[in-house]
Amino acid sequence: MDITLFVNGADRRLSLDSRTTLLDALRDHLGLTGAKKGCDQGQCGACTVLMDGRRVLGCLTLAAAAQGHEVTTIEGLAHGEQLHPMQAAFVAHDAFQCGYCTPGQILSAVACVREGHARTEGEIREYMSGNLCRCGAYPKIVAAIQDAAPKMAPSKAAA
Amino acid sequence: MRPFAYTRAPNRATALREAASAAGPPHVEAPVQYLAGGTTLVDLMKLDVMRPGRLVDINGLAREHGQISSGPDGLRLGALVHMNEAAEHPAVRRDYPVIAESLWLAASPQIRNMASLGGNVLQRTRCPYFRDVSWEACNKRRPGSGCAAIEGVNRRLAVLGGSDHCIANYPGDFAVALAALGATVDVEGPRGARVIAFEDLHRLPDDTPHIETTLAPGELITGFVVPAGPWARRSLFLKIRDRESYEFALASAAVALDLDGGTVREARIGLGGLAAKPWRAHEAEVVLRGKPLDERQAQAAAEAAFATARPPKGAAFKVELGKRTLVRALLQAKAMEV
Repeated sequence: MDITLFVNGADRRLSLDSRTTLLDALRDHLGLTGAKKGCDQGQCGACTVLMDGRRVLGCLTLAAAAQGHEVTTIEGLAHGEQLHPMQAAFVAHDAFQCGYCTPGQILSAVACVREGHARTEGEIREYMSGNLCRCGAYPKIVAAIQDAAPKMAPSKAAA
Repeated sequence: MRPFAYTRAPNRATALREAASAAGPPHVEAPVQYLAGGTTLVDLMKLDVMRPGRLVDINGLAREHGQISSGPDGLRLGALVHMNEAAEHPAVRRDYPVIAESLWLAASPQIRNMASLGGNVLQRTRCPYFRDVSWEACNKRRPGSGCAAIEGVNRRLAVLGGSDHCIANYPGDFAVALAALGATVDVEGPRGARVIAFEDLHRLPDDTPHIETTLAPGELITGFVVPAGPWARRSLFLKIRDRESYEFALASAAVALDLDGGTVREARIGLGGLAAKPWRAHEAEVVLRGKPLDERQAQAAAEAAFATARPPKGAAFKVELGKRTLVRALLQAKAMEV
């Protein structure tokens, strides 16, 4: 089927099998390999992307169903060479080891702050529980989010 | 995943027309399935547990069925409201805390952004023998094939409402709150609209565990109505699980109390994680009515709630866990400042 996805600010026309998930469309058809395929069952959060500014799982979203929505991946977060404050905070706090879960963690963290759920460490841990990190970098992820939250622009459009 | 055709329904009439061809098998096996958030359906299609030939995307119906309204008579929740929207809604949080809590304690933020309320109540069991098609014996997947769970690993499965044919538990949280509060379900179908008491939406397994609900083929849940009641504000959802977050309930209790001083005028009690369907514990409510609520009376209510419990071997601990969960929920609800 022919579909159009709006990804990182641009329309992308694709011819896909109806079974294609948003995650596979991004990775295999658009070359955007930032979103990772971890469990592919909606359990690990590595495939987290933003749809209309809200965090969703690319692996359980059909590409066809993502039509008409604004998709943001980790590749669309920075402004040129200027990292998003959350990306910069993850670097500054060394908030990853292997890096596999990191794109999903960062997008989820951006949404977590935008939702207003980053006020305390406990709240961050609860509202980041959909993103697993098997290296166990959680303490530094929490620290990065606490650092980045006040530096993020208040408008949702900036996400 | 098996091939399927995908279409988008711009409105309810189109959606119902598209699904009309589904007449025949119970809705979970129908060849045409409605797609909302997809968090259950797409997952089970990947696992080859569900095999529809056609998906009708109903997200376009959010204009008609995606609203929340609260008034003196109660709370109306459109079926296409996302879990997060309802969990964060000020009136839901203030006037129906048990509903807000049942939603934000469930799943992950990502899944709560995707999943619709209508789809949430229809989520299917997490029984490992149901989800893994390499197990031949599953009466829910393959009617008449047996139940691998009865002699298998069954610590998560049902202690209430199971049968000799199926001990799968209903895994969700929100439905337990709806059952407790006596909600109703608005349904539209090929033969028109009807209203179902929430307690009557899900069926017990008996000898037909593959027929999970009383929905007729092609019928679509369009919304829920939660009646206002003096108990709604003094309500909470207590969820006990193996992990602190992002995990299904081993045991949960949805409790709402109308108190006259320390005495119970009315109690509304739902139990989750423990039963074959979202469970309303009427017997426990009766035990509490007109009585002072203390630990001894809460314990008596819990004994009544589990009087018919028939746990599989691995889940025997869940009877005691369920009772303690209910006792704690009742005493916490009593202590709430409303």
